[in-house]
Amino acid sequence: MMILKVNGLTHQVDAEADTPLLYVLRDDLKLNAAKFGCGLGQCGSCTVMVDGKAVLSCVTPLVLLEGKQVTTLEGLGTISEPAPIQRAFMEEQAAQCGYCIAGMMMRAQALLQRNSKPTDEEIRAELQPNLCRCGTHMRILRAVRRAARLMDTADASPANHGSTP
Amino acid sequence: MTKSGIIGGIFAALCVGGAAGAFAVAWRPAIAAIDPPKPQSFDTNLVKRGRELATIGNCGDCHTARGGKSFAGGVPVPTPFGTVFSTNVTPDPETGIGRWSEAAFRRAMRSGVDRDGQHLYPTFPYDHFTNVSDEDDAALYAFLMTREPVRAPVRQNQLAFPLDHRVLVAGWKLLFLHRGTYRPDSTKSAEWNRGAYLVEGLAHCGACHTPRNALGAERTSASFAGGDVDNWHAYPINAQSPSPVPWDMEALFAYLRDGSHPDHGTARGPMAQVVGNLSEVAASDVQAIAAYMADMFGAPTPDRKRQGEAALAQAKSAPAPAPRANAPGGSIYAAACATCHESGRPPPYGGINLGLSTAIAGTDPRNLANIVLSGVRPVEGERSPIMPGFAASMSDAQIAALLNFLRSRFSNQPPWAGVERTVEEARRADTAFLQTSAGPRNAPAEASQRDKP
Repeated sequence: MMILKVNGLTHQVDAEADTPLLYVLRDDLKLNAAKFGCGLGQCGSCTVMVDGKAVLSCVTPLVLLEGKQVTTLEGLGTISEPAPIQRAFMEEQAAQCGYCIAGMMMRAQALLQRNSKPTDEEIRAELQPNLCRCGTHMRILRAVRRAARLMDTADASPANHGSTP
Repeated sequence: MTKSGIIGGIFAALCVGGAAGAFAVAWRPAIAAIDPPKPQSFDTNLVKRGRELATIGNCGDCHTARGGKSFAGGVPVPTPFGTVFSTNVTPDPETGIGRWSEAAFRRAMRSGVDRDGQHLYPTFPYDHFTNVSDEDDAALYAFLMTREPVRAPVRQNQLAFPLDHRVLVAGWKLLFLHRGTYRPDSTKSAEWNRGAYLVEGLAHCGACHTPRNALGAERTSASFAGGDVDNWHAYPINAQSPSPVPWDMEALFAYLRDGSHPDHGTARGPMAQVVGNLSEVAASDVQAIAAYMADMFGAPTPDRKRQGEAALAQAKSAPAPAPRANAPGGSIYAAACATCHESGRPPPYGGINLGLSTAIAGTDPRNLANIVLSGVRPVEGERSPIMPGFAASMSDAQIAALLNFLRSRFSNQPPWAGVERTVEEARRADTAFLQTSAGPRNAPAEASQRDKP
């Protein structure tokens, strides 16, 4: 039995110390935003936040999470009340197939929490470990910039859909 | 630091001891400035050769700042004595070497004196470049003088008194600079001699792989016994090599050329730049370097050979199921490392079998700590391995537990001491920044353009 704190709730999970966090999130807690991509920590689709930092949940065993707070995309916002990062990704239509997007959002969220006005270069460098096969990179970049503005100005007005970069 | 205090003291004593003599020793005349030569005035074949030589010499890696213009300098080089910034070696007349004649360039390479007659700090490895032939200096000169001139003033070095006085470098040179170009060894093959010429000269391998004395000079008595660079340990390339499988010429060639070898793993840290460069030059030169280096390692003793074969046999057999360890190190290994490192896929895309890892068998855990913290980032435009870094998900104590586990499981060496401290220091040194410090290369299309001037 392991104790795991996810999105503000404390769970008791029946798993070994070396079980990857991703398996517990998806299989036990039914939090399916984080995706299994490569299982090797090479694609970023499983990214979640641990104590505010972006972490690859497929190569993070439970033993590393003692006393730490895990945040998944489900912990940021809901469909009716999306968080700024989620709104920004929707408004920019940044997803094509969407498989990588939850990971992208989590890594971008971690970046924006420690640096509210990242430069383009900083965004690119930060998202470098996350792969997207559809090629929506430019939209993802725009979405992160938009999220930074939304968080900064707390501007909740609806997006202008003919958005410019 | 007391060490630098002592060093400063020695330098001061040196200086005071012979102020008058020092002037005679230290003074060098300026060499007359020239009008920057036109790029068209250089023979294109000479330029092409110079490009290849500059690649072997790693010139661009030290003289190009991250995100900066090629060869425009400004790269901070941390030393125990302070930080020295690399200079602008583009042909800009005001801030680069545009007004340097070939004679001035050759003097800088041979004896570390700039065109004005100022002594250069030995972070510029002229203790090796003194071995470079006149012809090769001419080619390097032609290559640099045909680069795009970049206006980039040289950054001020951060050295404490009295080391900020360049005249002291003259004393250092008296002690440690052995002038004279490379003399071939007639008892060895042409290939060996070519390798020796490159390794001891332009490629300056010893600058990282030979330990330095208190005055920052290579200890010639401990040639290739392993050194330090940018918080990485440069492994010994002699009989003291900790590599589980002994190196031979074939493996050296493949590793230097491709950046990895199935029996040895992947070149990372500052060595990543070196293998990146060597993938672009003539194969025969890499072969020559491998031949000379293999001789430096020497033939393995029968005992060593047996150990190497045993390590290989074990690596190639099906991985023994990891004992379900209760210790945190074992659990971390099972979830974070084994998926790649027990995949059986050869590098660069699979993780090396850790029983073959030099980092785990080495005398200090620094390199392993660097890799676990920062991972292995892909190199732009190259087929290269990747590994995620674990700095965000593991504490220093957890990484230390993992390192200790790896050491006990995958090597027959005694445990390391002070692992957690090493991890702390590695985290502070932020090696992710250093290991990717190479800026954009001079020309991305170099390899395909090799036959064109």
